[in-house]
Amino acid sequence: MAEQPIPTSSAETPLLELRNVTKVFQSGIRKTATSQTVALREASLVVPSGFPTATAVAGESGSGKTTMARLLLGFIKPTSGQILYKGVDITKMDREQARAYRREVQPIFQDPFEVYNPFYRVDHVLTTPLRNFGLAKDEKEMRRRMEEALEMVGLRPRETLGRYPHELSGGQRQRIMVARALMLRPKIIMADEPVSMVDASLRATILDELRKLNTEFGISLLYITHDLTTAYQVCDNIVVLYQGSVTEAGSVERVIRDPKHPYTQLLVSSIPQTDRSQRWGDDEIPTAEANVGRATTGCRFAPRCASAMETCWSEIPPLFHLDTDRAASCYLYRDAPVLPSEGIGQVFHRPHETPTPVG
Amino acid sequence: MTAQTDSTVAVARPASRRARTGLLRDPRLTPQLVVGVGMLIAIALFAILGPLLVDPKMANVTATTPRLPPSAEHWLGTDTQGRDLWTVMALAVPNTLKIGLIAGIVGTVIGVVLALIAGFFGGLPDSIIRLICDSLLTVPGIAILVIIAANIEQMTVEVMALTVAALAWMFPTRTIRAQVLTIRERSYVEVARASGVGSRGLIFREIMPNLMPFIAASFVGAVAGAMLASIGLEALGLGAIQTQTLGITIYWSQEYTAVLRGMWWWWAPPVVAISLIFLALFLTSAGMDRFANPRLRRSA
Amino acid sequence: MNQPMTTVPATDLATPAPATASSAVLQVQDLQVAYRTPIGDVRAVDHVSFSLEAGQRLGLIGESGSGKTTMATALMRLTRPPGRIAGGRVLLDGTDLLQLDDNALRRVRLREIALVPQGAMNSLNPVMRIEDQMIDAIVAHEGRQSRKVLATRVTQQLARVGLAPQVARRYPHELSGGMKQRTVMAISTVLNPKVIVADEPTSALDVVVQRQVMQTLGRIQEGIGSAVVLIGHDMGLIAQFADLIGVMYAGRLVEFGPVDDVLTSPRHPYTRMLIESIPKLTAKGRLVGIPGLPPALLALPPGCSFSPRCPYVFERCTTEAPVSQSVGPSRVAACHLYPDRADLPPLPASVVLDPTAPLAVVAAAMEGQQEPGRAEAEAALADELAAEGATQTAAGDSAAGVTGLAQSDIHELTRRGH
Repeated sequence: MAEQPIPTSSAETPLLELRNVTKVFQSGIRKTATSQTVALREASLVVPSGFPTATAVAGESGSGKTTMARLLLGFIKPTSGQILYKGVDITKMDREQARAYRREVQPIFQDPFEVYNPFYRVDHVLTTPLRNFGLAKDEKEMRRRMEEALEMVGLRPRETLGRYPHELSGGQRQRIMVARALMLRPKIIMADEPVSMVDASLRATILDELRKLNTEFGISLLYITHDLTTAYQVCDNIVVLYQGSVTEAGSVERVIRDPKHPYTQLLVSSIPQTDRSQRWGDDEIPTAEANVGRATTGCRFAPRCASAMETCWSEIPPLFHLDTDRAASCYLYRDAPVLPSEGIGQVFHRPHETPTPVG
Repeated sequence: MTAQTDSTVAVARPASRRARTGLLRDPRLTPQLVVGVGMLIAIALFAILGPLLVDPKMANVTATTPRLPPSAEHWLGTDTQGRDLWTVMALAVPNTLKIGLIAGIVGTVIGVVLALIAGFFGGLPDSIIRLICDSLLTVPGIAILVIIAANIEQMTVEVMALTVAALAWMFPTRTIRAQVLTIRERSYVEVARASGVGSRGLIFREIMPNLMPFIAASFVGAVAGAMLASIGLEALGLGAIQTQTLGITIYWSQEYTAVLRGMWWWWAPPVVAISLIFLALFLTSAGMDRFANPRLRRSA
Repeated sequence: MNQPMTTVPATDLATPAPATASSAVLQVQDLQVAYRTPIGDVRAVDHVSFSLEAGQRLGLIGESGSGKTTMATALMRLTRPPGRIAGGRVLLDGTDLLQLDDNALRRVRLREIALVPQGAMNSLNPVMRIEDQMIDAIVAHEGRQSRKVLATRVTQQLARVGLAPQVARRYPHELSGGMKQRTVMAISTVLNPKVIVADEPTSALDVVVQRQVMQTLGRIQEGIGSAVVLIGHDMGLIAQFADLIGVMYAGRLVEFGPVDDVLTSPRHPYTRMLIESIPKLTAKGRLVGIPGLPPALLALPPGCSFSPRCPYVFERCTTEAPVSQSVGPSRVAACHLYPDRADLPPLPASVVLDPTAPLAVVAAAMEGQQEPGRAEAEAALADELAAEGATQTAAGDSAAGVTGLAQSDIHELTRRGH
């Protein structure tokens, strides 16, 4: 089957695009060496229009994935670079465009308790958007839409509506959030660690529901997580972040099953798998504390990288286009063609297609 | 040996929403709160009914025989100017409460408005408000009030209230701003934002309801603080001399050396009244902590 | 409300360890921990028995409401009111910990049995240097010693956990989350205890640091020759680390046996469904959860607690609680399917969700819903048991570890993306 990379912005306007975005957080008034934290460094992401995709943004804490989520939701503004929705910069939108953007990009957050205002019943999170986006003509229709959405995620409206958040279990609360997202028929759902605070037995059910939102309702999914296994199961494409930089991106089959960037390799080999034939091994893991003396102005991973070369410490590596569906920012592959940050969409392939090996 | 992380597991409580156990069984209604509110209600009743049941002329100078100890005719005796002290008290308590309430309301309202602006919008407005607020907090309040009060020609109860209100807004501003900052970061505010709610809706529909316990607690504190400040000023002679308030009664009793004269019925009643009012306010404020305390997750 | 009196204590449990009982370093017999609530007593740990040899690693797995963290605190006799140990014995090398007086118990803690608690980085004293905290622990149990000897021991112990000697002079806030956790491990094991109880030791750590910490734990354990009880909710972690696995559900130990055997052919339906629900890296497949709701300890169903969600349920399951029985060499399970069967039958078709079908109303197929009247009290108790320490967070939060914040603050910061 021929490979079909996702068209870049020159061919067809993507639905949502992060273009070379850098976000720096400033603490205090004076700019010193330590007062600035670069949460995201020239990162790009593309969610194409025309067909639904499921993309994972993976990283550990401090990777910048949560910053990326908040940028994409429009809660914070980038220090440099642009965020475009349907080709329009979100900081320059008019009212109509801003409303459409709000409605069509919906979040699902991590903590199933904190997302509910304790003053109101759980209905509040469902009625508020229906009202604000004008999605229901009257009370009756509002009720109908709410019940329909709840039933779709396997909840009984009779037992969930009218309750206060503390009267329901964590799993139920999280499913109501999924129902809420479904009810609004958005174009993109951004799920930020949606199951990390949910019981294991319920996790698979909720993830399955998310995946179905993608495959059956045609909603594009942005799945933000630290768990590569669920990223693999739920998504088709993945972007791996480390300390604000994109280390590797491409299809999940490629990146997770055959990682090329040393960080991705480290991540994948550290996943505790239930399959005992895939053991952790006893090799020493290089830690961030190992190379305490030397600071890096180049690749963020250099202090922990077994293959670090001199260039790595001083020059930030660009993305190298290694396969049709994978790119990694590592000087080990400096012979491969360079992929500019905003061209990252080229390594995301269409869903339901198996990638062909390179060469 | 490193201690295990704490496990202060509280006993599971039925939520207050289920009326089957009755309102009085709500565990947040501690004895403190009940007694405090009860006392406040009693004091309020006295303040409302008192003036209606006495003849105000008896509080005037030379209304009756001076220096009489308490008797059946004069329940609290009379002072050196011939005022019937029971009438004086019946008129003084509502006036002092009035000062406290007006100043408390003004201070809290200003505090809430400033706190919402500073906490929600942040940036420059926040810096300005914080600067003014913190600077004023460091200045000795009584000194400012003395200067203001001494320069006012015609002091009345209402003017006294406004004077004291000038310094009553800082503490509410600070405490409520801190709460606004905390609540603003909550996920449910972000969810509301993603649901298309604008700044106004966020402030009034998402944040305010959760601020109510703190606003109420700040209000009680502001009332107490205002009353105390006003009594202090009045005791120094800067109050509305022509009217009856608890502080002014104390002032007069000091002016005419009631203590040395052994006229305990003059200086004792206002002191007892002040003590009771403050005790009631304190108990209420402490009892309200349960409502405001976020650790009690069952609360609204 | 409570379990009917048909529940039979599992004292007839066959000991999993093949050797004689006297070689077992830790023997838990019929342990019961109850919580007092206004509605009645709740059995957080309900007649749990198992035994562990020196050098063995046991992984206790369970979800919220399973009682696993209550188990951890009970083993150390650290249960706080309204919880109390209601019965059973915890034999450490033959001595019943539950019968010891306070002094004897204090001597036993740390020297014989050590706890690495959840969120351990927060149990380090922020104003004391690492070496002082370790020396404190040593001196408290062994009495005063020469500075030189103590310093050497500190360095040795730090080396055991892969930390440089310089760490000794540092304060906790100067260390990363993983380093703090390893420090806590170093302090906990400085007296070479016979049993190490690790309660979700890596729940707030990144996956790479997690691996490192677990490898460290393994190395220490092998060095001392102690037994480890690892408590968690991550099956993969237990699969990689442990030799034996115990599965807890609603306070009971529903399955116990060697990890390899249990993972490849689970005997208890809950174990099987739990394993099935875990996403794998081998190939893209179905995502199948366990239908129904987690057990509500205040209102457990009569008979087997898992019956409302069990695809193999039959008449007897709803009236009689199953007893732990032998289901293989060194294996036990508490299920009425045995001993009539040798193994679990394949999952009934109605439970296997057809991936091509539209979103199904999953809950309707099961009877797992609770009556509305009890919902709050259940949620309250579940939340309180969770607050006791059994949080389910798995998000990498090593940044929080650096500043040594409380568990609730870790959640706050996670959301803010620090």
